[in-house]
Amino acid sequence: MQESAFLLGQVFNGVSVASLFVLAALGLALSFGLMRVINMAHGEMLMLGGYLAYMTLSVVPGPLGILVALPVAFLGAALLGAVLEFAVIHRLSARPLDTLLATWGVSLVLQQAARNLFGAIGVQVIAPTWLNHTVTLHSGPFSGLDLPFTRLFILLVAAIVLGAIALLLNKTRLGLYVRAVNQDRPVAAAMGVNARLVDLLVFSLGTGVAGLAGVILALLGPVTPTVGQSYIVPAFLVVILGGLGSLVGTTIASLIIGLFTALIEIFVDVSVAQVLLLVFVIVFIQFRPQGVITVRSRALEG
Amino acid sequence: MALKHIGLAAALLASTMLGTVPARADGTVKVGVLQSLSGTMAISEVPLEDAELLAISQLNAKGGVLGKQIVPVEEDGASDPSTFAQKATKLLQEDKVVTVFGGWTSSSRKAMLPVFQRLHGLLWYPVQFEGNECSPNIMYSGAQPNQQALPALTWAEQKGYKKIFLIGSDYVYPRTANLILKKHIAHDGLTLSGEEYVPLGGTDFSSIVAEIQKAGPDIIINTLNGDSNVSFFKQMAAAGLTPDKLPVMSFSIAEPEAKAMGPSLLAGSYTSWNYYQSLPGQTNADFVAAYKAKYGADSVVDDPMVHGYVDVEEWAAAVTKAGTFDPKAVRNAAVALGFEDSPLGSVKFAPNLSMVQTGYIGELQPDGQFKIIWTSPGPITPQPYDALTFPGKSCVAHTAF
Repeated sequence: MQESAFLLGQVFNGVSVASLFVLAALGLALSFGLMRVINMAHGEMLMLGGYLAYMTLSVVPGPLGILVALPVAFLGAALLGAVLEFAVIHRLSARPLDTLLATWGVSLVLQQAARNLFGAIGVQVIAPTWLNHTVTLHSGPFSGLDLPFTRLFILLVAAIVLGAIALLLNKTRLGLYVRAVNQDRPVAAAMGVNARLVDLLVFSLGTGVAGLAGVILALLGPVTPTVGQSYIVPAFLVVILGGLGSLVGTTIASLIIGLFTALIEIFVDVSVAQVLLLVFVIVFIQFRPQGVITVRSRALEG
Repeated sequence: MALKHIGLAAALLASTMLGTVPARADGTVKVGVLQSLSGTMAISEVPLEDAELLAISQLNAKGGVLGKQIVPVEEDGASDPSTFAQKATKLLQEDKVVTVFGGWTSSSRKAMLPVFQRLHGLLWYPVQFEGNECSPNIMYSGAQPNQQALPALTWAEQKGYKKIFLIGSDYVYPRTANLILKKHIAHDGLTLSGEEYVPLGGTDFSSIVAEIQKAGPDIIINTLNGDSNVSFFKQMAAAGLTPDKLPVMSFSIAEPEAKAMGPSLLAGSYTSWNYYQSLPGQTNADFVAAYKAKYGADSVVDDPMVHGYVDVEEWAAAVTKAGTFDPKAVRNAAVALGFEDSPLGSVKFAPNLSMVQTGYIGELQPDGQFKIIWTSPGPITPQPYDALTFPGKSCVAHTAF
C-alpha cells in the first residue's frame, strides 16, 4: 500500500468514525438545544437500537434484514424516548440537575433490563454478506486504498439522516416551530406554538436517531447491555465542541474529533490518541467556550 | 429479678452456642471461594466458581477430605481489587477458612497477595497471567507466559510465519506478554511488523486495521480482552481480512467467548491454552459430563474453569498426603505430590508453586469447539520470570511463609 493511500485511508476512517459520532450525538444536541436537558440515558437508546436490530434480524433473516432493522430501531427508540420524555423529563423541566440524576437512573434501569432479558454477555448482529465487500482502488495515486462497504453504508446512513433532519428543521412547519421554541420559548408559546408537543417530538426524534446509530454500531461491534457507555462520552464531547444545539456545529465537531483521532493514530497508539483528544478538546474550549457554532437563543442565554 | 433471669438466659444461650460450634467443626472444614459474582468480571468468574463448587461437591460426595465435609464460604469480589483484599481478610480472619480458591484479574491477585502473606494463608489462583510474581502463599495453576504465549510463538515459527503483528488491550497482561514476545521475536530472527494497544472496552479499530493492511503481517497475536474482540474481528472481516486470509492467534478467547461472539465470526482463528473442552481422555470426558449435568447441557467449559476445578482436587490430594489442613504443610505436600491425572492431562506443581502442564494450540471450528492442531512436546516447566526479558531474576523453591 502506498503512503498516500494509507493517509487517505486514515482520512476516510476519520470521516467514517465521525459519521458514527454524528448519529450518536445528534439526539443529545437537539434535546439540549431545545430543552436544556442532559439525557444520561442517551447511550441506552443506542443499546436499544442494537438489540432491536438483533431481534429484527432473527425475525427477518436474509440480506435485507438490516434495512428493515433501521426503521424498526428508529421507531422503537423514538417510542421509548417519547415515554421517557412524558414520564420523567417533562416533569422535571427547568431542573437540570434533577434530570441529570433521573436520566442516569433510567440508564441504569435500562442496562439491567437488557442484562436480564438478553444476558450479560451480549448478542451478535452478523452483517449481511452484501456489506462484506471492499472496494479497492487499483490504479492512480491512491492505489491500494481499501473502502469497506460497511463503512460506506454507515456514511450513507449518516448523510441521509443529516439531510432529512436539516430539511425537517428548515423546510417544514414543524421545523419552524422547533426553531421558534429554540429561539424564544415564551414568545413562541404566546404565538400559539404548542411548545410541549414540540419538546416531545424533538426528544423522540433525537432518541430515534440514537436507535439508528445503535443498528450501525451493531455492524461494527458487539451489542451488550453497556454498549452505550462507550459512545456516550464521545457524544458529549461532540456536543460540547460543536456548540450546544447546533446541527452544523455537531457535524463539524464530529468531523474534527473523527479526523483528529484517525490522523493522530498514525503516530501514536489508541490509548495515547484518546488522551490527546481530551487535551485538544480542553484547549479548544479554553479559547472558544461556545463551541464551533454559536446558536443565538434566549433559552441558552438563560 | 427479671434482670437476673435475662442474664441467666443469655449465659445458657451462650453455653449452647459454645457447645454447638466445636461439634459442627468436628465434622466439617471451611474453605473460601472468592470470585466476582457481580460487576464486569462476573461473566467469566461465575462459571469458574461453578467449576470450583462442582469439585467441592464431588469431594463431599466421596466422603470429604480427612473425614470432614468441605463447606465452601462464598464471597463476592465484585470485580474490584480492594473488595478482593477485604473479602480475603474476612475469609481468613473471621471465617477461619483453611484455604481460598479465587481471583481472576492480576489486579485482584496483587491486591490479595499481601493479605495472604500477612495472615499466612494459601490462595489457589486459576487463571493464565503475565508471570513476574513469586509468592510463597499463592499456588499459580494458570499458565505462565512460557506455557501459553511462547508456545504460540513456537508454533507460529514452525508454520513459517515470519512477520508478527501484536495487538492488545492496554493493561498489564498484554503489555507484559508482548514485552516477552518481542524479546523472543528479536532473538529468533523474526520481524515485528507492528504493535498496537486499545483501551479496555475499546470499539474502534479502523486505524489499527489500516495499520495492519499497511504492515502486511503473516500473523496477528491478539491479547485483546472481552468485547473488544468482537469489534476487532468484525472490522477485520469488513476490511476483507477474515481469519482464513490473515491468521489471528488469540490468548483470551476460549470456548465461552467463542460461543458468545458467534463462532461464524471467529471460525478458523487460533488460540493457545493448556486445556480445551475437546481434549481426549476419560478424566476430561467425566468432568465435562459432570459439569453439563449440573449446569445445563449447552454449557461449555474452558481453561480457567478447569484450573479452578483442578485446584480444588490438588488441594484435597495435598491435604490427604499431609494429613493436616495447615496451609504451609498443604503447600509443601502439593509440590511433593508429583504428576496427577486431571482433565488437563497429567499435571503437577513445580517447586516454584506454578503448574507443570502441556501447551496446546487450537483452531476454532464452526461449532464453537476447538480442534487441537499442535501439542507441546511434553509438559512445560513453568517460568515466572522469562530468562530473555528479565535476566537474573528467578523464582526458587519456597520453604517458609
